[in-house]
Order: sequence, then structure tokens, then C-alpha cells
Amino acid sequence: MGPPGPDGRFGSFGGRYVPESLVPACEELAAAFEAAWSDAGFHEELDTILRVYGGRPTPVTPCRRLSEQLGVRLLLKREDLAHTGSHKLNNVVGQALLARRMGKRRLVAETGAGQHGVATATAAALFGMDCTVYMGEVDVERQALNVFRMQLLGAEVRTVSSGSRTLKDAVNEAMRDWVATVGHSHYCLGSVMGPHPYPWMVRELQRVVGEEARAQCRELLDGADPDWVVACVGGGSNAAGTFAGFVDTEAYLVGVEAAGGAAMGAGGVPGVLHGMASRLLQDEQGQILEAKSISAGLDYPGIGPEHAHLAELGRARYEQAHDAEVLAAFELLARTEGIIAAFEPAHALAWVVREAGRTVPLGSTVLVTLSGRGDKDVAQARELLG
Amino acid sequence: MTRAALESTLLARRGAGRKLVVPYVTAGVVADWLQVVRALAAAGADAVEIGLPFSDPMMDGPTIQEASLRALERGTTAPAALAALADADVGVPLVAMTYYNIVYRAGHRRFARMLADAGVSGAIVPDLPLEESAPWRAEAEAAGVDGVLLVAPSTPDERARRICAASRGFVYAVGVMGVTGERAALADSARQVARRLRPLSRLPVCVGVGISTPEQAVEVCRDADGVVIGSALVHRLLEGADPTDAAALVVDVRRALDERVESDEPVETGRG
Repeated sequence: MGPPGPDGRFGSFGGRYVPESLVPACEELAAAFEAAWSDAGFHEELDTILRVYGGRPTPVTPCRRLSEQLGVRLLLKREDLAHTGSHKLNNVVGQALLARRMGKRRLVAETGAGQHGVATATAAALFGMDCTVYMGEVDVERQALNVFRMQLLGAEVRTVSSGSRTLKDAVNEAMRDWVATVGHSHYCLGSVMGPHPYPWMVRELQRVVGEEARAQCRELLDGADPDWVVACVGGGSNAAGTFAGFVDTEAYLVGVEAAGGAAMGAGGVPGVLHGMASRLLQDEQGQILEAKSISAGLDYPGIGPEHAHLAELGRARYEQAHDAEVLAAFELLARTEGIIAAFEPAHALAWVVREAGRTVPLGSTVLVTLSGRGDKDVAQARELLG
Repeated sequence: MTRAALESTLLARRGAGRKLVVPYVTAGVVADWLQVVRALAAAGADAVEIGLPFSDPMMDGPTIQEASLRALERGTTAPAALAALADADVGVPLVAMTYYNIVYRAGHRRFARMLADAGVSGAIVPDLPLEESAPWRAEAEAAGVDGVLLVAPSTPDERARRICAASRGFVYAVGVMGVTGERAALADSARQVARRLRPLSRLPVCVGVGISTPEQAVEVCRDADGVVIGSALVHRLLEGADPTDAAALVVDVRRALDERVESDEPVETGRG
């Protein structure tokens, strides 16, 4: 998984479909990222912050009881143990450092489940920047605790009541903000989506997940790689970061979408939204459809362009998990391993639970990226399971 | 169907010393939106911009978002709106404005033909910047549709020069860094961007985004060839104004600009 083509494309996906007002800012960001990414000093600062502040490296945990139950050797990459409770911090610390390099003093972000919003608010506090987070009204309700966390961290949370009032509309509103404030604001996009250079930049900033995991798996597996590498996909940042560490191994790569937001499923067709060409849920006229899932973080009608490309190449496959099996997997992991996962990675786990002994042969070694912890979902789980 | 060419019409009118008024209306925003289009033409519009609604209009502020939502809820689709326009006898050039996914989903060639068949002679696609727009512009041109490109206050001069060279019909100068919507005062950037573009463009430079009143139109037209007026007009329609009442804004803008033009010296413009 290298850099995209000169026009920001991964195969036929990606590109930069933004209003003219934003083109210069995207060009500036691409240049700043390229310069920073080849600068040892930038890496040193980023790595140090992620280590001493962010809690990296996160461990890989072998699951003894659940492995026995499923008949596969299950390993979890524990991004839930990173500061702020998910992989999102990897991306935002990198982008906040870039924003500082570009002289921007304000971060704008969208959030679905609130994990990216919390991470952005955290980075803003750490670097002394202003922060505005857009969140759909539906998500504000189901993730009330994360709204308060962001406010506690000094961020302003703006509720988005347009459209489907979820992640898609939060992205629209964040981009509208950015058009008006681009002189002093950086749009801290939370996933491997949006206009070039975001899909590439965010994947590179999340690459640390896959690279750590690969080294850790080799230690645990006597130098071998896992047979299967599985991660959940909304926009797809934890999956992209994970896959980047394993794309040149023999491992099967599997991205698991929410069945109600599966841009790689039958309902997803090529289109252009939020600055990128990718696969989108849309009707015959090109109107974007609303995704529907218990997981606010996966409630997105599109997918990062590189995932669409990896699927086209046949290098990764994209599967779906339904709300009910996600809840079951969420509960199963808690009871067998003492780990309360976020609903998002519970999708990846749900697929493994369903496919162990079917698609995934018994005895296989399976790495699942546990992209975040489930504290934010406990209240919702209580209602759903109650 | 009457078909009026966009570029030649606007060039001729500018050549005659007239400032250009291009009002915008979202197709399907109200049941009698075609009457609105006719009323705008009768009120002195030099072209009418027709918004084909999209579910995620990211370049639009609350007014046009609301209009798009209402139009979609009323069942408006691009093919139906264009079919309705094909039967309307408007008498001035029509310019479609929509987001790229609508164009992409239909297919470049098919969408260009749909526009041409409806008598629409120009198209604005605000999320399709210069680099991504070549395939669409080629199909539009083949169908006789002018692909209008946008320049923003943030666009550097060299890039603006390339955009002006590639644009057809007119050059859409975005007057303010931000999304569409009414502003209490004209942004400094509106006149600045127009002043910067006129020597770069052989085509008329029309400023849109943030132009809401006759006074603002007059002020920006000290440097621009014309104005696009959207949210102020759509706002009236959302509040229930009938077509004639809504179009009264265009009558006022027309009158204000005509009075001003008579008293001003013509401004030198670029020729290539």
C-alpha cells in the first residue's frame, strides 16, 4: 500500500472533488504532509507523543477462552488500550502536528460515535488549539457521554440536524465550516476518506497499527504471520492502517462493514461524495442514501477509496455483520475474555464468530483489530440487551 | 423548447454595456417553480440558473439546503425537472447547477444530452474543480452545453488564469470564502476576486455567493460583469412568496444595475 497516483487516485477511486475554494488548502496539506513524512524530525516527535502520551505500542492479546470456543487462534490488536480509547489518536496527533506546521490554530472535525471527536479535542487541548466538532443529532443522543467528554476537553460540539443527522451530515457541515475558515483552520478528517491527500495521509498515520501488529504477531507466532487479518470498516481507517502492515504477507485481509451501511455490498455503486470517488449507497438518480446501524461509527454510506481499490484488485475482501450478531459478539468477548469492545470492532469479531469453521478454517490464526473500547456503547448495549 | 446559447448571449449583452443578472432557483422547490423561472426571465434576468437538487449540497448554506430537501421531498429528479424545462418557453439561457454525483451517476454523455435536450445551455458543478473536470467538460461541449467553472478568493492568479481559459459561458467568481447564503454586507473579497479575474478572462465574470441585495449587486458590479443571486431569492420562495413577488428582487437588482451602468465608464476587460 504505497502512495496514490499523482492525481490522488487508487486505481479509479479517490481524487479531489472539492469546491474550488478548498483546492489550494488541499494542495497545501498534501505538500506539508509529504515534507513532514520524509522528515525524521517529524516522525520522532510524532512517535514520541504516541509513546509517552498515547500509550503506544498497544499490545496484541491472544484470546485463550474464545479461541477454544471458536476453534481458531484469535489475537486482538488492542487499540482500545490507547489513550482516548481508540486508534483515532494516531491520526489526530499527526494532523495536529501538521496543522501547527502550516500555522493553523483551529481544528475542525466530524464525528460519528464520538471517538474521533474526542481524539481531536484531546489533541487540540494538548497543542493549545481551538477545536470545533460536528456531530449528527442522532449520534449526539446515542453518544451523550462522548459529547460531554469533548466539552470537558475544551471543544465546542455543534449538533447537525440536516439530512440523516449522522456521520455523513457531520462531514458535510465540517466541510462547510472549513470552506469559510480555511485561512486559520485545519480540517482534521477522521478516516481514510475525503479529498486527496486525506485517504493516503490518514492511512499512513494509522500504519503504525499494522506495523506494530505484524511485529507482535511474529513474536507470538514464531516468525509467522496470521492467516487472516480482520478489521471493521466505516470509512475504514483502522482497517487501512492494519492492512498496511500485512498487505505484503500471505494473510487474507477482511474488512467488515455494518450490514446497514455496506458500501461494498450490493447496494454500493461507484460515485462521488465528500471529495472522493468511491463506492456509495445511492439511488438511481445519484441521491445518497442513509446508512443504518447500531454503530454510530459505521453509519456511513461510503467507504475510503483505497478499500474500493483493494477490493477491485482482489487483495482484500469486504463482508458484512448484522446488528444482532454484533451485539452477540460484543457480549461474547466480554464474557470470555473480559474485554468490552466498541460496537465497531464487534462487527469484525462478529464476522469471525460466524465464519470460524466455515470461511475461516478451524485451526487458522486470526488477528482482529480491536479498534476501540466499548465504554461509549455500554448505555446503548444495556438498552438493547436489557 | 426555445434554446438560447449562454456564452454568446452574455457576451453580446455585456458588449451592449449591460450588467448581467443571473438568478438561481432550485428546481421543484415549490409546485410552480417553472412559473418562477418564467417570472425571473420576465424580470430582466440575462440567464437563469436552475439548481437540480442533491441530497448532500456541501457548497450550500441553510437556505439552499432547505430548498434542496423540499424539492427532493416533493419527488424532484433531474430527468423530471429537465423534461419540465424542455416544455417551458423561458426565452433566456438556462444554466443547470448540480453536484457531481448527479452527473456521474447519469453518465457524462447522457447527462450532457439530457441538458441539451431540455434547452439548458450551461452547467455549473461546484464540487468538480479544474483538474477533475476535463472529461465532463468535453462531453458538455460536444452536446453544446457550456461548462462554467468557478474561481474562489483563495485561487492563486496562475491557477485562475487556467480556469478562466477552460471555462465556457461565463466565469463564476465565488465572492466569499464560505457556502451560499445571504450576508449583511458585501465581503471585500467579492470585488477583489472580480477585479483580479477580469483581465484574465475573455468571458463575463459573474460574482455569486453572498450577493443578496440590489446595493450589493451594484457595489460588486463596479468590478464584475454581473451577479448570481440565489439564497435571497430562494428564501422568499421558502417563505411562501408567489413567483412575481419573488422575482421582484430581480426587478430591483436589474433597475439598480441599469441606472448605475448608465452613469459609469465601461471597464477594460481581458481578451484572451
